[in-house]
This record gives sequence, C-alpha cells and structure tokens, in this order.
Amino acid sequence: MMPWNKRKAEEQFFKLLMAASTIVVIGSLLFIIGTVVVKSLPALRLSMLTQTPRGGYYLGREGGILNAIVGSLYLASGATLLAMLVSLPIVVYLNLYVKNSSRLALFTRFSLDVLWGIPSIVYGAFGFIVMMILGLRTSLLAGIIVVCLLELPIMARAMDEVVRLVPQALKDASYSVGATKLETALKVVVKQSLPGILTAILIAFGRGIGDAASVIFTAGFTDSIPRSIFQPAATLPLAIFYQLGSPLEAVRQRAYASAAVLTLIILVISLVSRGLIRRFTRHTIK
Amino acid sequence: MRRLKDLIGRRFMLVLTAVPGLLVVLMLVGLFRRSRAIYALNSVSGLLFGSSWHPLKGEFGFLPFILGTLWVTLAAMVIAVPISLLTAIYLSEYAPKFVREFTKPVVDLLAGIPSVVFGVWGVLIVVPVVGNVLAPLFGIYSSGYSVLAGGIVLAIMVFPTIIHVSLEVFSSVSYELRETSLSLGATRWETVKHVVLRKGLPGIIAASVLGLSRAFGETMAVLMVTGNIARIPKSVFDGAYTLPALIANNYGEMMSIPLYDAALMLAALVLMLVVLVFNLAARYILVKVERKAE
Repeated sequence: MMPWNKRKAEEQFFKLLMAASTIVVIGSLLFIIGTVVVKSLPALRLSMLTQTPRGGYYLGREGGILNAIVGSLYLASGATLLAMLVSLPIVVYLNLYVKNSSRLALFTRFSLDVLWGIPSIVYGAFGFIVMMILGLRTSLLAGIIVVCLLELPIMARAMDEVVRLVPQALKDASYSVGATKLETALKVVVKQSLPGILTAILIAFGRGIGDAASVIFTAGFTDSIPRSIFQPAATLPLAIFYQLGSPLEAVRQRAYASAAVLTLIILVISLVSRGLIRRFTRHTIK
Repeated sequence: MRRLKDLIGRRFMLVLTAVPGLLVVLMLVGLFRRSRAIYALNSVSGLLFGSSWHPLKGEFGFLPFILGTLWVTLAAMVIAVPISLLTAIYLSEYAPKFVREFTKPVVDLLAGIPSVVFGVWGVLIVVPVVGNVLAPLFGIYSSGYSVLAGGIVLAIMVFPTIIHVSLEVFSSVSYELRETSLSLGATRWETVKHVVLRKGLPGIIAASVLGLSRAFGETMAVLMVTGNIARIPKSVFDGAYTLPALIANNYGEMMSIPLYDAALMLAALVLMLVVLVFNLAARYILVKVERKAE
C-alpha cells in the first residue's frame, strides 16, 4: 500500500480536480448567459421589441423582432396545447386503466423513450414528409404539428413520472365511494398531481419555443406577423440563426436581442416551475 | 350515463395511447420510403463509404459527413465525460449540502438553454478563441470554425445529461458498501475509485452513451460553429460538416435537384437509427443497473 501522505496527496489532487470541474459546469452557464446579456444590452430598445423588421430581415437596418416573438409564442402555445391534449389522456390511461406490467404500458413507455431520444432535425425531416402528404406549405400550422410531436414525449414522460406517484389508496378511496375511473382520473388523480403536470407542460413549452431544427423546414420565416395558421411564422431561434450571420451590425443586434428574449423566457419558465412545485405541494394529500 | 361517459373516455384514451408507438413506426417508414429512390441508383456501401458529394452529378457519398459527425461527437465526449463525471462524483460524495442545492438548478437550467443560444455563444466566444488563441499555440492556421469549437460547445450541452444519469447511478450504490470500505481504512477517494466507480461502471457507460447520442443528433449549435466544409477533417482545427447540419442547411435546394431530397431523408434515417441503437443500449444497461440495486 502507498504511504499515507501519498494517499492523502492523491485524495487532495482529485478533490481539487472535482471542484474545478464543478466550477467549469457552473461557470459555463454563467458565461453563456453573461455573453448574451452583454451583447444584447445595447440592442434591447423598446422599438426592438415592438416593431417588425423593415427592409428585410437580413439586410434591413430598421425595425425589431416582434415578428419572431409573436411567431414563437403562437407556435409554442399551439404546439403545447395540442401536445397536452394528447399526452394527458395517454398518461391517465397508462396509470389508471392498464397494469404497469401490461404489454401496452411497456410498449407505450418504451416508444416514448425512443421518441424522446430522436433529434429534432429528424422531426423536422419527418414533418416535411407529413407536409407533402397533406399538401401543406411552410406555415404556422405545419410548425405547430411538428413541434407538438417533438414536445409529446417530453411532456408525457414528465407527466407519467408524477401521476405514477399518486398513491393507490387514494384511487381506491375514490372508487369505493362509487366514482368511475374517468371521474377518479379527472377529480382525484389530476388534481393531486397538478403541480407536476403544470411543470411538465412548462418544460415542454420551453423545449418547443427554443427548438430551431424542427421548424426550419416547417414553419418557415417571414418578416410579418402571421394572420392565419396557413401563413409562415418567424420564430426566435431562427431569427437568431438567420440574423447572426448578417454583415450588418444593426441586423446582428436583432439576433442578440432575440437570444436575450429567448433566454429570458427559458429563465422565467424554470423559475415558475420551481415556484409551482413549492406552492402547490401544500394542497396535495401526502 | 356516467358509465357511458367512462366507456367513451376509455376508448378515446386507448386510441391516443397508440399514438407514440405508431409515431415511431411512421417516422421509420416515412423516412425509408422517401429515401428509397436513392438506393436504386447507389449501392448502400457506396452511399455510406463514398466520399464524393456532388448532388448535381447524382453522386451522394456520405463519408465526409459521417466522419465529420464522428469527429465532432468524439471531441465533445473527450471533453464532457471527465468533467461531468468529476462533477457528479463531487456532488454525490464530497460537496456540502448548499453546493448541491445550488448546483442542481444550474444543471437543470443548462439543460433548458436552447441550442441556438449555445450557438450564439460559440460564434462570439469559442470560435475566436480557437482561431486566434488555441490554433496559433500549435502553430496551425484555423478560422476557428472547427471540430474543436463544435466539440467544446457540444460538450457543455451534454454536461447535464451525463451528470444527471451518473448522479442517479451513484445514488444506487449502497451506503453499506461505502461504509465498509471507509471502515477498512480507505480514504474517501479510494472508496470512490474502488467501490463507487467500479460498482457504477455500467451506469457510467450508459450515461456517456446517452450523452453521446444527444451530441450526435444536435443540429443548430454545431451548424453554427463547425464551418460546414464537406471534407474529411484531418485535425481538430479543421472544419467539419455533420449529418444534422447537412439536412438543416440544404432543405431549400432539396426539391430542385433530383434525388437530393431522397439523400437528405436517408441522412435523417441514418441519424434516427444510430441514435435509436445508442439509446436502446443505454436504457438496457440502466434497467439492469436498477434491478441489481433493488
């Protein structure tokens, strides 16, 4: 065995290395957010947030990023709503109507895992195929459909994790007073796991609003605010992507401002979901 | 009436529950069918191992893109795996409670940052550093848009995945084992080295594979910092072109050149299959680890 002081030195060395790694991880987040803040501060004027770009998004110096803000909100809200309508019933069905070990439950959870791992660019490519089959052009609707598919596994898995925790005794109590499974699902299970469900929805919204690779094919890009779901819609991630490469500083500023708005949305979502968990767990029965 | 409602609800939910499984099948079939046109003219090995990429001449060799993806992914893993593992060990074995409580939300937040924002940071910070500082250090000229820049940005993006999964793996190693080792006179680090890491090895591999598959399919951040040069990279300072970037960059032209769309759909199919295999392998290991812990 090595002498004690050598063993102690090895311990110290690795402890230092570990602390350094942790600092790198935390530091990289601060560095990224700091970079976005510093770059976007000179660009963040009121006109930036309240106007659409004038003279083209790539070469026009005037105007702001309202098109992308509104487009992103439309797109992510629509997709999240749709994904919620699909994933909530799935999760309720998996947890109330079938046994955890049944083939359907295993297969569905497995499929959700598989879908969760598929890169968003593949969703984009698949969405393009769906558009061709349905005869859709690049539009808000096509974007909503694809982002909904992208959000589905994220939302369903997160919901499944919380709904699974509802104690069997609580469900049994509900059945024993004569409630049907559907009534139990809506009035007991969903209520009990509401904070978790809301958090799942927020997480999915965050992923949906930040994703660029899936909407590049499907939602397109435009300088104006979409007036119907059949028109293309600009999104914040693509506003960043397209405008960052511009030779004009005024246009690049719009990219920085978009990055700041997007990062802010993600920060708020993360804070709200933390608060939700804390605030609502008071009302649930343990 | 209530029973009827329940019955209708039940049928409705059953139909929706079929959606995820169906979607996986539909994606595979859809991508395969749309890419089928290209197999008629090119052999599979020619597609995967050919290196001449001239869509206008009908030559689709994916090798530069496959190797580009591998280079960038490997660079990311070389950086990310040690740092994430050391962080996870620190958080699970050493860190005081307040550090743990502070770091967890930071890691969660890092996981939530959109990839274009990573891309912006990469373009503004990493690319200039690689081009103006790191490359001259080795006496090499580089524009900065390189495998290394992609690797650095990607590494940070996969930190959360590897840290999260490793933390779960470490927490499945029982405390009795650790205590036994400590009571035999081992230092904490020796306990980590000989007990925790050894016990957790399959889980650590699974965590790294999950990180790898996330890195493999990442599109926007990589697209923004690797330069997108369709040549096989010879060093980490060379530019690279990854499969996801290829798809994202060329959707505009793909309908105007014959077979181009089929080629891009094939790229998407390859991507999906590779990521699928990685994910399945990782999940398989993790399920086994979980069972052992119980």
